[in-house]
Amino acid sequence: MRLSVLKALARQAGSVATTLLGLLALTFFMGRMLPTDPVLAIVGDQADQATHDMVYHQLGLDKPLYMQFFLYIRSMLSGDFGNALFTGHRVADDLMKVFPATVELATFAIIIGVGVGVPLGVLAAVYRGSIIDHVARVVGLLGYSTPSFWLGLMGLILFYATLGWVGGPGRLDVAYMDSIDTHTGFTTIDALLDGDMDVFWNAVRHIVLPASILGYTSMAYISRMTRSFMLEQMAQEYMVAARVKGLSGWAVIRRHAFRNILVQLVTVIALAYAFLLEGAVLTETVFAWPGFGHYLVSGLLAGDMNAVLACVLLVGIIFIGLNLLTDVLYRLLDPRTR
Amino acid sequence: MTAQLIVEDLRVRFSTAHRVIDAVRGVSFTVGREKVGIVGESGSGKSMTARAILKLTPPQAKLAAKTLRFQEIDLAAATERQMLKVRGRRISMIMQDPKFALDPVMRVGDQIAEAIPADRRGSRAQDRERVLGMLDSVQIRDPKRVFELYPHEVSGGMGQRIMIAMMLMPEPSLLIADEPTSALDVTVRLRVLAILDELAAQRHLGLIFISHDLNLVASFCDRVLIMYAGRIVEQCAASELAHAKHPYTRGLLASLPRVGDTRGRLPVLTRDPAWLSS
Amino acid sequence: MTTIIQPSTKPTLRAWLTADVTTSPRQARLQRAYFGWRRLSGNHLTMFGLSVLLFLVMVAVLAPVLAPQGYDAQSLTDRLAAPSAAHWFGTDDLGRDVLARMVYGTRVTLMIACLVAVIAAPLGLLIGTTSGYFGGWVDIVLMRINDVFLSFPGLILALGFVAALGPGIRNAVIAIALTAWPPIARLARAETLTLRNADYIAAVRIQGASPLRIILRHIVPMCLSSVIVRITLNMAGIILTAAALGFLGLGAQPPMPEWGSMLAVGRAHLSGAWWVSTVPGLAILVTSLAFNLLGDGLRDVLDPRSDT
Repeated sequence: MRLSVLKALARQAGSVATTLLGLLALTFFMGRMLPTDPVLAIVGDQADQATHDMVYHQLGLDKPLYMQFFLYIRSMLSGDFGNALFTGHRVADDLMKVFPATVELATFAIIIGVGVGVPLGVLAAVYRGSIIDHVARVVGLLGYSTPSFWLGLMGLILFYATLGWVGGPGRLDVAYMDSIDTHTGFTTIDALLDGDMDVFWNAVRHIVLPASILGYTSMAYISRMTRSFMLEQMAQEYMVAARVKGLSGWAVIRRHAFRNILVQLVTVIALAYAFLLEGAVLTETVFAWPGFGHYLVSGLLAGDMNAVLACVLLVGIIFIGLNLLTDVLYRLLDPRTR
Repeated sequence: MTAQLIVEDLRVRFSTAHRVIDAVRGVSFTVGREKVGIVGESGSGKSMTARAILKLTPPQAKLAAKTLRFQEIDLAAATERQMLKVRGRRISMIMQDPKFALDPVMRVGDQIAEAIPADRRGSRAQDRERVLGMLDSVQIRDPKRVFELYPHEVSGGMGQRIMIAMMLMPEPSLLIADEPTSALDVTVRLRVLAILDELAAQRHLGLIFISHDLNLVASFCDRVLIMYAGRIVEQCAASELAHAKHPYTRGLLASLPRVGDTRGRLPVLTRDPAWLSS
Repeated sequence: MTTIIQPSTKPTLRAWLTADVTTSPRQARLQRAYFGWRRLSGNHLTMFGLSVLLFLVMVAVLAPVLAPQGYDAQSLTDRLAAPSAAHWFGTDDLGRDVLARMVYGTRVTLMIACLVAVIAAPLGLLIGTTSGYFGGWVDIVLMRINDVFLSFPGLILALGFVAALGPGIRNAVIAIALTAWPPIARLARAETLTLRNADYIAAVRIQGASPLRIILRHIVPMCLSSVIVRITLNMAGIILTAAALGFLGLGAQPPMPEWGSMLAVGRAHLSGAWWVSTVPGLAILVTSLAFNLLGDGLRDVLDPRSDT
């Protein structure tokens, strides 16, 4: 590999490392901002001074601040997030259990977001100024303005309570819970692996509504970006040249304009996936979906700082990771930057 | 010389909410299997005329003509479907800057192969051979290597030759060259023009050469059309250019520097508003 | 003898504002504002957004007049009553009139929006312009901090701060403001970088202006229009975040009538009393939408080179 590429990579790794450090510092700081005494949270207010001191020492609160920070970094990087008081388990174990549920939801959501958003964006660009364009704009605008938790509730009222088209809160009907083995943690895939079609369709009925709600915001974003990218390409000279060659309007859009936006689109989709983590917090709360967002909110309401900070830190790391991935993808996929 | 392309009273109009712009106002000319040059300044409507012939004007433009005919095809009445058979196969166009006119994420060879009309396609290997042959005919020395390149990896001159190869691939009878050498270095220009000249002669092409460079067009073409403000103000043989009658043409000729010129100052063209309504 | 007829020279305001030649800086500034306003008002969607916001401000100001019973008048016999002539939007689970709570809730929402804007915009401007102007280590450190904040989606970061600070509307405002300043700082820095090398900045510096003066008097005013556009557009997200915090029980505490928390209350009664949740949610939607429309329009007028 060329030296300049290595240097660029090293520089990027350095900046990622410092951002990571800053992330850890921020979450550490958040943990220390507490107006409440963490020792009290563990021992209760009836404990005597000796117990108080013991726990104080155990938590490392008697050490100097920089030492505490160093220990904090060490435990975070080794995956030791401490214990979650409200579940009684290790936070790391809890996270491993809840993450697949969120990933399943987010994946369905992004499929909906891309599947609807990209064609909508392309059509809005090709038929610029027409009714399709206006519809896309309105849909997009609403996507940025609608509170997802409200939309989820309205969806439940309409599609579940009134029409009965979809399943209710949770991943499966109560009757089906624990009826399949956990292989991947994805209910849909696990059901397929077990060959149990009843459970599979039940899982699908339960995931459809929350995934649509979650995917709605990303759909608005993706369709808007797709439209913008397509318009940019359609104004280029090579589009005219392609038509001179005798290609039809749609062939030119497909073979040239669309292929030119793919790289940018992939980075947009990766970013949208990252933002789904934010939407998941609210959607999972509304639909009682036992995922990461639900865990974060439960921990928050229980005042469990270990769980909350670990979740926040994890989201930050995932975000940085996805940004890095999009950078790398961009460099790999665009022939001009190779 | 039988005319292949007959244009009579071609008009292109852009109407926006605030005003109306007539880019082309009643242009008439014919082109046979000869080299016809169209000279004009920016905004004279020469590029728009070229686009109008291929019916590739912007969607908000309105096209009208008394006659717009190529060989047996009535271009004015042709539907988009019919035009798909005309573009490339009958009339083709090379554009000004290969940096922008070639798809940046597609290999050069694939782009040329794309120009082969669907009914003449063979297997991938056969098409590839034809492309390599075409690259060879535009004097590209290592066609196999160039085939795999991306547009940003080739120089300006090579890019323009690739464009010529690409646009001649479907074997048209009329080629429009819209400022083909304006984006090139002077040293490269002559080479590209020589290739164009040779190919045009070999294939008995009609050629419409659009440029703002009067000297270039006069030396390269058989006939010259001078355009100003959307109209043709002068038509004559290239050899007769020195005897041009229209004041605009005379003004252009007078403002060109010449080796051995004894004039102390070059005259600046003064525009007569009467030319707008001639 | 010829009579010289004097044309009426009574100057009209309109003529003054549309004159081709301006005679004072004030006239030039007002002319620009006038033409900007004309373009803004030509955009119907933007005007709709603006009028919705003005309507909300009016509702907030006139709350005691529109809902004289206050937002906390309970009536346990009248719980979960459907919308009727007496209660236009029905009542909630404690028998309180939903309309009254909505009206007072407007105050809460607008107050949160204003406070966040007032904290985040100056903070972001200051950090961004300082970072851009001084460059070097100051820039690197400040932008690294900025990056750290930007590494979190807004809601997650706000949740983190609320967890640390505790629930309540004051902490919610602080938390949201802390998530709102980074994009502003980034924007201000970008603008400052283009302005930093301008000749007039060099001229003022040679005249002996201190960096503080240069930043405050010469650079910040140039960044203002894009910052205004950005904060208006981001306001929709801020309102959604505030409502989300309220929904989760972390923002305004009962009995304060915040729209998000009203939504949460209605959650337990979805199939029966749908209006308790539906109405506040619609209000959040409309407010957010209004800010988005206004922001889009402002961007077209103030910042046309940014892409749509």
